[in-house]
Amino acid sequence: MDWVKTLSKVLYIDLTRKIFWIEDREDLFSRWIGGIGVATQLYKEEVSRRTDPLSPDNVIIFAVGPGTGVFPMASKTVAVFKSPLNGYMAESHAGGRSAAAIRFAGYGAIVIKGASERPVYIVIDDEKVRFRDAGAIWGMRSSETVGRVLREALPGAGMRTIMRIGRAGERLVRYANVTVETYRHFGRMGLGAVFGSKKLKAVVVIGRRTFKLPDVKSFREIYRELYELTRGPATRKYHDLGTPANVIPLNKLGALPTRNFSSGRFEGAEEISGEKLAEENLARRVACVACPVACIHLAYIREEYATERFFYKTEFVPYDYELIYALGSNLGVNDRIGLLKIIKAVEEEGLDAISTGVVLAWATEAYEKGLISEKETLRPFRWGDWRSYIDAIHNIVLQPNEFYKILSLGVEEAARRYGGEEFAIAYNKVEPAGYHTGPLYHISLAIGARHSHLDAGAYSMDEKLVASGKDAPEPEKAVEMIIEEEAWRQILNSYVLCLFARGVYTKELVIKSLKALGYNYNEEDLMRIGREIYVEKHKIKREEGFQADKIRIPRRILETPTPLGRISENYIKKALEYYDKRIDMIMSSQQSK
Amino acid sequence: MYKRLVVMDPNMCVGCQLCMEACSNRFGYVGPTKSAIYVRSAGGVERGFVIIVCRACKDPPCARVCPTDALSLRPGGGVILSPGRCIGCGNCVSACDIGAVMWDYDTMKPLICTHCGYCVGFCPHNVLALEEVA
Repeated sequence: MDWVKTLSKVLYIDLTRKIFWIEDREDLFSRWIGGIGVATQLYKEEVSRRTDPLSPDNVIIFAVGPGTGVFPMASKTVAVFKSPLNGYMAESHAGGRSAAAIRFAGYGAIVIKGASERPVYIVIDDEKVRFRDAGAIWGMRSSETVGRVLREALPGAGMRTIMRIGRAGERLVRYANVTVETYRHFGRMGLGAVFGSKKLKAVVVIGRRTFKLPDVKSFREIYRELYELTRGPATRKYHDLGTPANVIPLNKLGALPTRNFSSGRFEGAEEISGEKLAEENLARRVACVACPVACIHLAYIREEYATERFFYKTEFVPYDYELIYALGSNLGVNDRIGLLKIIKAVEEEGLDAISTGVVLAWATEAYEKGLISEKETLRPFRWGDWRSYIDAIHNIVLQPNEFYKILSLGVEEAARRYGGEEFAIAYNKVEPAGYHTGPLYHISLAIGARHSHLDAGAYSMDEKLVASGKDAPEPEKAVEMIIEEEAWRQILNSYVLCLFARGVYTKELVIKSLKALGYNYNEEDLMRIGREIYVEKHKIKREEGFQADKIRIPRRILETPTPLGRISENYIKKALEYYDKRIDMIMSSQQSK
Repeated sequence: MYKRLVVMDPNMCVGCQLCMEACSNRFGYVGPTKSAIYVRSAGGVERGFVIIVCRACKDPPCARVCPTDALSLRPGGGVILSPGRCIGCGNCVSACDIGAVMWDYDTMKPLICTHCGYCVGFCPHNVLALEEVA
């Protein structure tokens, strides 16, 4: 079978009626490449402005692209759905084996609609979908156990992905995540709650198909080139210490968010740094499929039971920069083992680490300032007190009182109810990743389609300005830089690449590798399609009610100095105004075409 | 001098499966089921990985159970498949206790490592190597 053509197969699954069907969507894949390009269009077809994110009308879309399963580091699946955290179209990516499994099951995308009356999980194997009773795994305390049970109950070891939610998703915590292969996640924007609302505990995809390559000789040549580059200096940083390599440099720069963004420097940074974690706790490194980098760092914690001497347990905990910021420096936690235990709790419950950390940081400050008391929190919150935070994490999921119910809705809702908006750190209700690098980063959080640090990687633009001793550019210029980068990333996310490979996959190599598979794109095509996907996404968001001038800018962000100085409110406002105008312009010029 | 593929240290394996990709690619395919080498987790990735590949037995059980002599002894260990003789009975698959005789569902015949070493060049952590056989 022609390899390229199988990408356009889309598997539709209806959880209400428990049926499935396959459609050939060549119309979408030939126009929008794959990944986010295609997922955006599928979203447009399925979801309306009025769709309630937790109703059966919301959909879960998984999409992969032409590079998936073929080239090194094309290892990511794009998930698109309406976010229960903020009501806008959301995008979240995960690696593990998810992408290769979907591709080798013979699909370019999967669309899951409706909702089941009772807990189910689905198994996608070749051209069949099975709906299985999830009664036995619903409500399990640890999402890890869920993975273990499914691993042993199902076939396809080494060729499958097991996506599952924890109790947080079941109980509709708005920032619940979906875990794949135990240590990777569709982390952000609450996909876990959408699973939960559909009574969908897990999605297992087994991919065991094989396809003939169109042109072996040119394929091998480009493959070798990409393989050598992906294991070279361009990915070194992720290779050695992994993303936690960022802790010390960001702290030195004064950009490591600390105690709810009240400072950019954390006195305990050394203790929770990538270096220290590697020295003391690193147990194993793991890779996503087709990735020579192996950025997944697993630490171990060895602990003696309090109840019985000489009885030990050894547990594994994944760590990454964002978790160290959100659950470490931003909560004032400098006890390394304590931090790892917080991460473990977040993993077991199936929560997004960033949102959880920012919510708890707000709660700690609100407690300090007397906006809430032990009546709400059930025990005192103090910076660095990791034991309290672990309790709080379970309480966010179990929701024993009104306060924790509200915490489960995100920091914006919490501040609306209890006050302290000025230190509730969120843009468009989304708690941010950990870079207080300068104005470009914060603007990008406000206007990026995903509300993610990865929309444009604008923290790195700030860092470059700092390194070269320059000031931030005019706000208009800043917005242009952000739009340009975000537009190009639409191509990488349609291919679909891990963004850690963005330095390797230049425009030239993207074109060359696609050519080896029989796709004929030139640079102009790609730049145009990237911009078009960008516009499509921003158009959808506008229809869903997004207005840049309505965005709440947390005061705290303006008060705490960045390496580029204090951010002026005026600068951000100007940038947001310009963004609105710019999108109007692009949209009207498209319509007149 | 003949060579055979060896697993140097499974603890260095990160589970990227680039060796599987390489094996499929070598014969003009993509996908996990055209590979004569197979990597899966040892029951959760934190426990590491299992790397299953032909160990080039000097006295291979797979050859002994073949009813049509389709598997002949390879100098240096292991076997060579003569597809013309193979009737696809699958005896060889059951005879290999380490599970290293894979199955090709397109041809309905076994998929057998030729110890060519192409995968070695794509193992980023030197888990695999080609070793000279005395």
